[in-house]
Amino acid sequence: MGLEGIGARVVRKEDKRFLTGKGRYTDDMTVPGMKYAFFVRSAHAHARIVSIDTSAAKDMPGIIDILGGKELQADGIGNLICGWMIHSKDGSPMKMGAWRPLAHETVRYVGDAIAIVVADSLAEARDAAEAVVVEYDVLPAVTQASRALEAGQPQIHPEASNNLIFDWQLGDADSTDAAVARAAHVTEMKIVNNRLSPNPMEPRATLGIYDEAEDHYTCYTTSQNPHVARLVMSAFYNVAPENKLRVIAPDVGGGFGSKIYIYPEEIVCLWASKKTGVPVKWTSDRTEAFLTDAHGRDHETTVKMAFDADHRIIGLKVDTIANIGAYMSLFSSATPTYLYATLLSGQYDIPAIHANVRAVYTNTAPVDAYRGAGRPEATYVMERTMETAARELGIAPAELRRKNFIRSFPHQTPVIMNYDAGDFEASLNAALAASDYAGFPARKAEAATRGMKRGIGMSCYIEACGIAPSAAVGSLGAGVGLWESAEVRVNAVGTIEVLTGSHSHGQGHETTFAQLIADRFGVSMDSVNIVHGDTDKVQMGMGTYGSRSGAVGMSAIVKALDKVEAKAKKIAAHLMEADESDIVIENGELKVAGTDKTLPWFQVALAAYTAHNLPSGMEPGLKETAFYDPSNFTFPAGCYICEVEVDPETGKTQIVQFVAADDFGNIINPMIVEGQVHGGIAQGIGQALLEAVHYDPANGQLITASYMDYAMPRADDLPSFQVSHQTTPCPSNPLGIKGCGEAGAIGSPPALINAITDAIGNNELNMPATPQKVWLAANAAH
Amino acid sequence: MAKVKMTVNGRQVGSECDDRTLLVHFIRENLGLTGTHVGCDTTQCGACVVHMDGRSVKSCSILAVQAAGSEIVTIEGLSSGGELHPVQAAFKANHGLQCGFCTPGMVMTSVDIIRRHGAQLDEATVRAELEGNICRCTGYHNIVKSVLAAAAEMGSAKEAAE
Ligand code: FES
Ligand code: FES
Repeated sequence: MGLEGIGARVVRKEDKRFLTGKGRYTDDMTVPGMKYAFFVRSAHAHARIVSIDTSAAKDMPGIIDILGGKELQADGIGNLICGWMIHSKDGSPMKMGAWRPLAHETVRYVGDAIAIVVADSLAEARDAAEAVVVEYDVLPAVTQASRALEAGQPQIHPEASNNLIFDWQLGDADSTDAAVARAAHVTEMKIVNNRLSPNPMEPRATLGIYDEAEDHYTCYTTSQNPHVARLVMSAFYNVAPENKLRVIAPDVGGGFGSKIYIYPEEIVCLWASKKTGVPVKWTSDRTEAFLTDAHGRDHETTVKMAFDADHRIIGLKVDTIANIGAYMSLFSSATPTYLYATLLSGQYDIPAIHANVRAVYTNTAPVDAYRGAGRPEATYVMERTMETAARELGIAPAELRRKNFIRSFPHQTPVIMNYDAGDFEASLNAALAASDYAGFPARKAEAATRGMKRGIGMSCYIEACGIAPSAAVGSLGAGVGLWESAEVRVNAVGTIEVLTGSHSHGQGHETTFAQLIADRFGVSMDSVNIVHGDTDKVQMGMGTYGSRSGAVGMSAIVKALDKVEAKAKKIAAHLMEADESDIVIENGELKVAGTDKTLPWFQVALAAYTAHNLPSGMEPGLKETAFYDPSNFTFPAGCYICEVEVDPETGKTQIVQFVAADDFGNIINPMIVEGQVHGGIAQGIGQALLEAVHYDPANGQLITASYMDYAMPRADDLPSFQVSHQTTPCPSNPLGIKGCGEAGAIGSPPALINAITDAIGNNELNMPATPQKVWLAANAAH
Repeated sequence: MAKVKMTVNGRQVGSECDDRTLLVHFIRENLGLTGTHVGCDTTQCGACVVHMDGRSVKSCSILAVQAAGSEIVTIEGLSSGGELHPVQAAFKANHGLQCGFCTPGMVMTSVDIIRRHGAQLDEATVRAELEGNICRCTGYHNIVKSVLAAAAEMGSAKEAAE
């Protein structure tokens, strides 16, 4: 692998700028004449707007303008849409209501944007926003999805009667019902997956710049996928045609899904820049982030897992209600359907599965993909149920799983997915050994002498990454293809620029992608630059989410490298008068195999550009582009084991050990991969132990709107983690990569809740397992 | 409006600002030092930590006028001459950062933790002391490792010097 090649723990190229305060995030950008925006937002969860009076506010100091939704609509700016069409089981298309970038008739959640105030300073914009008088006709609100379906509840969009967006199913109902009916044992559970706020530490921000002379727009934005932002703003929101709109996502401080979507603020700031003639910058504060960043999860599920007398699963029936919030965010329909129900086979050979999902409007912030997106919800259903079944059946949790593991590949599940490779037992065994599972009873007995209740729990997850084969997702309703693009530019002096459609917002692409080049050509990583995040530089791209940058983004780079290598070899063969097939690339040189003839890499590059002596008919230059469209999803999988001690006096849970054993296929940089796992586990533990978005059910006010009320995991809430890798290379892409970005968040919540319920001897426990809930559950058991 | 003067990263600076301007906004907007970040509005996240007269403070909870006359060090001033400070170097060596947004605050806080505790730091102390700095990316595992490594490194450098 070499010091910098594939598999090496190379420290990151990008770190120096972040460590010295030289990172450039959107809010760090200033341009001449720039002004500041603040949004007037709905104070009510559901109301008709009677009037908006900006007259007093407009006279306040420093105010450039205050603009509202009527003007926006009159200028032809379109409504926000969901880009993935789902059909209900009766064949009808999903019922999407209108989402105006600035509401002027009805507001549907607290935080719904109503007007933009542009001023010389942020303080002045804020002051004036407070002076805008909005008269509301307040309507009743509903925040819980299952309630919103009941008769007599407020109707949120006229298009969706009873607030039902779709009633969708996957799998075979009849054979699943038959399996449940004839089962020797059925484990039945009601499972709630709590609503979360993604909370990247960098709040969303955008800077809209309209250039009147060129009739051209530039948008700096905190995006995981700037090209998708440009495409959507051009094709659907009518902001500007693509050639008149440049989107730049510079350094981005974390995303976790919440920065995939196009939000009203980007659209409105671009439009407002044209209206006011000044560049307009908006930066979210944390309260706005809690109010308006797309939330994650929020499922209510019932599940029946049917076993035969030999403890084999013969059927799985799942019924889920998914809260979509007040509007359908860009990929909101895909998360509780094709990213969720398709993973309900877990790691197990299950002959019959049926899932029913109802997606529902409520008067809450839009809900969309958050780290894991559908797969954590599926894993939580499967692994809570599996552990519960083991307890009911009186057999060891590991043995019940082992008995049901899929062991031969490829494996076609009854819910679309075709698992291409894996070794579930290897990860299970590694986790059992690393956690000294066998020694647990002794540790439990010791803890009991100190008055502590010790518990252990596991979770065997599988997920689908490498999103995704374009034709497959197209047939399932996606409005876009999910390939990736890359361009490899070898300069005349042999240095290399790689332009990628992937976007790095913490994942370390500047390092791992450069490792790939170093590995391939034997050049130093210092001579390689990774360019991303700018639609004027990179031709096209679909961005980073769904753990796709390795499996899809790097595969596109490999394809471009193949072409560069082929051309370089042709040139070298010509110059050294050798046969092309005899040329090998090693340590930065092109050699004729079996001879001492060699040419340094830079000389071949130079020859490509001087073009004095190229093979006849060859174009000058050494630059290639490629698009890679995956042939299948990839399937990272693994086993997590968590051990806890619960203090029965206080209900406080202490995580004493957390073991992760993951199969991510081949790994480019283990240091970075481990970092991804740590961060994912922390978010999973956050979900299981601490985090929950709460709305007041009476009026739809967001109760958890700051870090005083929403419990983020802190350093002293978490242990250090023990992580290891088992490797079955992915057969579906050239590097054998499966992806690692979401696994931690997917696998960890059920392991933790299984451990706590084991400790307290009561299986009735919902996330987050706060001390109060744990104390109540522990004491109810007696 | 107030005219505020202070020393920032060793240089005398002075600028006019609104009385209500927070130190973090003074640093970012008036001085153009954008390494100090804003991650919350309730003094919880620590993205804004700088050193004021040698101690770490959350610059979002001090008015610029309150900092008048003081000696401020921001992330940009922590190291000089192209060399990383040992804490910065340890974060790099131990992959103690991902998106980098919490990093300036984490580093400035960590320098202060090590100043107060010396090489005797243990994991539990580091975790307790980092309670006021939120990171959403790393799960803290490698941040804790970085701080311990830097403390050990700085401790042995100090011993060697004595
Ligand atoms: S911005 Fe100062 S603590 Fe969050
Ligand atoms: S590295 Fe992203 S928040 Fe800490």
